[in-house]
Amino acid sequence: MNPFKSFHIVKRDVLPWYKAWGVRAIAIIIALIICGIVTTITTGLNPISVYGAFFQGAFGSARKIWITLQNMSILLIIALALTPAFKMRFWNIGGEGQVLAGALATAACMICLGGKLPNVVVILIMTVASVAAGAAWAFIPAFFKAKFNTNETLSTLMMNYIATQLVAFFTVVWEVPKGSFTVGIINQSTNAGWLPQIFGSKYLLSIIVALAITAAMFVYLKYSKQGYEISVVGESERTAKYVGMKTEKVIIRTMLLSGAVCGVAGLLLVGSINHTITTTINNGQGFTAVMVSWLAKFNPITMIFTSLLIIFLERGAGEISMNFGLNQSFADILTGIILFFIIGCEFFITYKVAVHKKKEKIANGKEEK
Amino acid sequence: MKKLISVIIACLMAFSLLACDSASANNGTKAEGKVKVGFIFLHDENSTYDLNFINGAKDACSKLGVEYVLKTNIPEGQECYEAACELADAGCDIVFADSFGHEDYLIEAAKEYKDVQFCHATGTKAHTENLPNYHNAFASIYEGRYLAGVAAGLKLNEMIANGEITEDQAKIGYVGAYTYAEVISGYTSFFLGARSICPSATMEVTFTGSWYDETAEKEGATKLINNGCVLISQHADSMGAPTACENAGVPNISYNGSTESVAPNTFIVSSRINWAPYFEEIIKDVQEGKAIPVDYTGTMETGSVVLTEVGKLAPAAGTQAEIDKVKAELQAGTRKVFDTTTFTVGGQAVTSYMADVDSDAAYEGDHEVIVNGAFAESADGFRSAPYFDLRIDGITLLDEQY
Repeated sequence: MNPFKSFHIVKRDVLPWYKAWGVRAIAIIIALIICGIVTTITTGLNPISVYGAFFQGAFGSARKIWITLQNMSILLIIALALTPAFKMRFWNIGGEGQVLAGALATAACMICLGGKLPNVVVILIMTVASVAAGAAWAFIPAFFKAKFNTNETLSTLMMNYIATQLVAFFTVVWEVPKGSFTVGIINQSTNAGWLPQIFGSKYLLSIIVALAITAAMFVYLKYSKQGYEISVVGESERTAKYVGMKTEKVIIRTMLLSGAVCGVAGLLLVGSINHTITTTINNGQGFTAVMVSWLAKFNPITMIFTSLLIIFLERGAGEISMNFGLNQSFADILTGIILFFIIGCEFFITYKVAVHKKKEKIANGKEEK
Repeated sequence: MKKLISVIIACLMAFSLLACDSASANNGTKAEGKVKVGFIFLHDENSTYDLNFINGAKDACSKLGVEYVLKTNIPEGQECYEAACELADAGCDIVFADSFGHEDYLIEAAKEYKDVQFCHATGTKAHTENLPNYHNAFASIYEGRYLAGVAAGLKLNEMIANGEITEDQAKIGYVGAYTYAEVISGYTSFFLGARSICPSATMEVTFTGSWYDETAEKEGATKLINNGCVLISQHADSMGAPTACENAGVPNISYNGSTESVAPNTFIVSSRINWAPYFEEIIKDVQEGKAIPVDYTGTMETGSVVLTEVGKLAPAAGTQAEIDKVKAELQAGTRKVFDTTTFTVGGQAVTSYMADVDSDAAYEGDHEVIVNGAFAESADGFRSAPYFDLRIDGITLLDEQY
């Protein structure tokens, strides 16, 4: 008899939270063990010291912790921005472009208005402009989806490239010196248009904004009427239409929100963190945020942890490639292994492998634990 | 269930132990009273540009016995500021960064850590920024490129003598990164070196818009070869152009170091900046409590501008001897790279030129740089980073979008 025939994939009842997290913890442990084996085989290094450096990279000093939290905040904001669209089953993979649009608007205000208007006014205009730019970038694919049912996956993706090229164009307009393709720090001597430091800390502003948006998004999705409409449209557009919802309006409104929050991420990236504009300023986080949002099952609170996990992996991986003189690619391999297990374990949380002879028991509704 | 929790707790404990372990190990390695140097690199060893710096850093630090930390793959953004601060936090007395776009972020760090010396290669702002702990450095690499150009001219002459090409076909191709002074100064000096030997030489230049883009550099070189260029040189940091030349059998003058290993049949010679003398100087300055030069220009005398050994197969006969001869003339001052009698702009000889030496958004010329019949590149009283940005006759730019 074929041995494979005796196995079944069976959907589980909803696991209690501690068991679900237990499965995830085991997955991480197995991933770390495999990373250890790979490390020893390929580089001959002691895996324990590699893990130590991994941890060091994210939490090794006060500054490193701050940077980790700051990076996490930006990623979290972008993930939160994408979430309402995803809940609506609108595949917004244009986060990158929406953030860049916000970033570009911020930089434009800093360069064109900095020093000419009072700083408070400049910052106000920057905020409005970045939110509007992000929202506008999201509006275009949303409009075509709502009116003509175009494929939003493609159109949001294409909008990313347009945004990147726009930024490249303006980099050439603003570059110093001519031909260097470097804008440099904007208003370095006057600090005009730089977002304020909170309690003297460079890092705190992004973190506070991220937490505020997390709370707001949680309430919006869970308790507001609009949040409910989003989930109904996500479940079935026809049902939504049947009960009298204007789905077109919901789609456009939700994408405007999505883009606006991405614009905030762009505002923080330029106004508070980098004070410059480059095509790579967002470093692909518009795509990473897709994973953050999905891993958290679209729950804003859980996203705090998933974004922290991703940033932890990223910074840890960077540290080991630096400390041990390894290529950046090796760090990426380790991150890949860990993510594979984390994403893979979700399967075992939703499903279980049943051996054939226990089929009866399952059929009776008694689960073998 | 209990088992699960205990497993998780055990893991957490193991993790925190690890963290403590490595933290104490890091603190333990800092020796008292010694100079420690931190280096920030844009890419890693795969880039010929960064490899050249990394080798210089290792040479200088091991020669003087000082501790050093290398940070690779640091982008030209806030990450550079963070990296510089982390190095300063870790007790580095000198922090060095190697890429043009790092400059502003290093200046930010320099304002914050007044006791740490920040040194930056290829930057332009130290002489106007007035920060006592911020310094620029470069080298008169245009002299090295001129000498490499001499080797190119000899090769062209050899091809003409062998009947492979006519005099009019002596066209050089050049793959550059960006269209600003550092690159313009480089290809112009290279071209003048080649034309001093082969008077009918012309040149075409294409730009990639990146310091490291292997595909674009390879495609750029291939495009130039298809355009009829019979010799290629580059100012970009991957193996793209040398590989394309080797595949097409076209001679190549390299930069940053020898590329003979990937292009044994076509490699002629490479100019490069040897950074070890500069690193040794700044380390000694800090050890002895002396001031680091605001704007350091390494030269052939300081051992900063060097040429690799010439290739075994590709160079024309007598290349090394001719290079040595011209080098002696440059050192003696009897020959100048940017001698205004050797080039024209728009058909006219250049008698006066205001260069944009002070980097600002105005892009305006602010210094007269034609001194004693030559363009005074990287000279005393100006700045170390190149500012030669004249478009001389004989060189065609194929694209300038970058």
